[in-house]
Amino acid sequence: MNTDRIIAQFKGKVGGFSVDANFEIPLSGVTALFGPSGSGKTTILRCLAGLTKLPGSLSVGNLAWQTPNHFTPPHLRPIGFAFQQAELFPHLSVNKNLDFAEKRSARRQGAGTPIDRSVIVELLGLTHLLRRMPTNLSGGERQRVGIARALLSRPRLLLLDEPLAGLDQLAKEEILPYLDNLTTASNVPIIYVSHDIGEVARLSDLILQISKGRVVGIGPANEMVERLGLDAGVSLFEESVLLTGHITSHDKANRMTQISMANGQLASPIIDLPIAHKVRIRVRARDVAIALEAPKAISIRNILPATVVICEIDQATGSANVSLDLGGQSLRARITLASLNELDLRPGNQVFALIKSVTFDGR
Amino acid sequence: MEYLTELWPVISLTLKLASVTTVLLLLIGSPIAWFLARCKSGWKEPLAALIAMPLVLPPTALGFYLLLALGPDGPGGWLANLWGGRSLAFSFTGLVIGSMVYSLPFVVQPIRNAFEAIREPTLEAARTLGATPTDIFFRLALPLAQRGILTGAILAFAHTIGEFGVILMIGGDIPGETRVASVALYDFVEALEWGKAHILAAGMIAFSFLVVLTALMLSKTQRTS
Repeated sequence: MNTDRIIAQFKGKVGGFSVDANFEIPLSGVTALFGPSGSGKTTILRCLAGLTKLPGSLSVGNLAWQTPNHFTPPHLRPIGFAFQQAELFPHLSVNKNLDFAEKRSARRQGAGTPIDRSVIVELLGLTHLLRRMPTNLSGGERQRVGIARALLSRPRLLLLDEPLAGLDQLAKEEILPYLDNLTTASNVPIIYVSHDIGEVARLSDLILQISKGRVVGIGPANEMVERLGLDAGVSLFEESVLLTGHITSHDKANRMTQISMANGQLASPIIDLPIAHKVRIRVRARDVAIALEAPKAISIRNILPATVVICEIDQATGSANVSLDLGGQSLRARITLASLNELDLRPGNQVFALIKSVTFDGR
Repeated sequence: MEYLTELWPVISLTLKLASVTTVLLLLIGSPIAWFLARCKSGWKEPLAALIAMPLVLPPTALGFYLLLALGPDGPGGWLANLWGGRSLAFSFTGLVIGSMVYSLPFVVQPIRNAFEAIREPTLEAARTLGATPTDIFFRLALPLAQRGILTGAILAFAHTIGEFGVILMIGGDIPGETRVASVALYDFVEALEWGKAHILAAGMIAFSFLVVLTALMLSKTQRTS
């Protein structure tokens, strides 16, 4: 049996909704199940947990959780599940909620390596909340406790069902850094359900695109974010790409960080990570302009040589999407039709990409 | 005062019957309520209807069949044989069994409501944390339903004290063994002993008022919390 992969196949109906999902993903890193509301992402996640039972099969590493004639019930699967509304036990304090998970953590076959409780409490910033009752926590705090509780159960696989969906923007901003740390510090593979491309792009390594109960696309996060931008069916989406590079220097006085890419340097607002650390940068297509010659005397700091790959014209909006090759990484620029014609851009042209702004996306 | 020494065996027997019945009812009523609240089986509603029957049956009809069941030719007689008796009718044990049947709906219904009020995802969260079904029942369901359980206990206790028809049918009127307050009250009135009747009747009215008031206040705090 393949020991480092999740192989899943579910086919059936839940309350009139058809699921026919078939996928194989690595048992490592962060995988996102991405799609609009009602696309069946949560149902697929529940099938992985065993909370919903559909005909099919599922193996996670060397454990078979579901075969045609065997079904491991959820309490025997070494999983952690974070619910949309945290679902803390209302009669137990935060500390007792964590106890509940820790006490039962060793019972399940194939339980993961325990992570020190103090590390988890620290990681999710719960030290000052331990004695509180769940009703006295904010939405973001409840989510953090829910995730900590799931981690304490020694999961081999952590399943997150839209943990940010019920939160307002402020609470989301508050909790995202914790999730960033989680993915690197916990070393537990994560499957993350979300309909928000921003979250997905920031947190995941691999994206499974879900539509009508099926997996319709799968690929590394940076490729998928670019591809999903072309898909008119995906709403809530600001067209963007992800670029990866390494930190080369910090300019503390000007609050800038220099990142080296395959074919040049990018300046980003300061990133609090050490030199040589790998980072991911998100660039929106509308923040990219194209010039035929390297411009001088211009406020834009990021000017990188690029090759035109393809130009797609959108007559309706009078704009064009230009795909660029940036030394092996893709970049997209959204420019007007008029500019496209004036510059006479064609595949293969050598141009300069002018990047107005970038946002730090993850490590 | 001399009234009280005469009435004390009656009152203590009544309280003993109500206490034993309540404790046993909680023990069997809670799992039944859990089954009714969570199970999706088609047997659930017929079972619920069966348990609710004492609410509408005349106590004498119920008592008649209980008498047959507890008597020498019924399962009660068979049970009594195990420790050398002839029948469970006209015994304290028989009264406890009869009271349990009669008061079961008063325990099951509030506890079932409390169980149904627990959010399904909360229970799912427990499952994903490795909690077995029994674990979930004892660690989550019971503590989360504690107000419903308390309400059920109060109602069972009070209802047992107030029952008359069933007791008369299966227990008769044996002093110290089956002569409880409601039956004794009837005897006092028959014998024109109004003073004793007053003490018992007024005591039961005061007690019932306190019980109903407590139950109402409990359900109110439950709603506001």
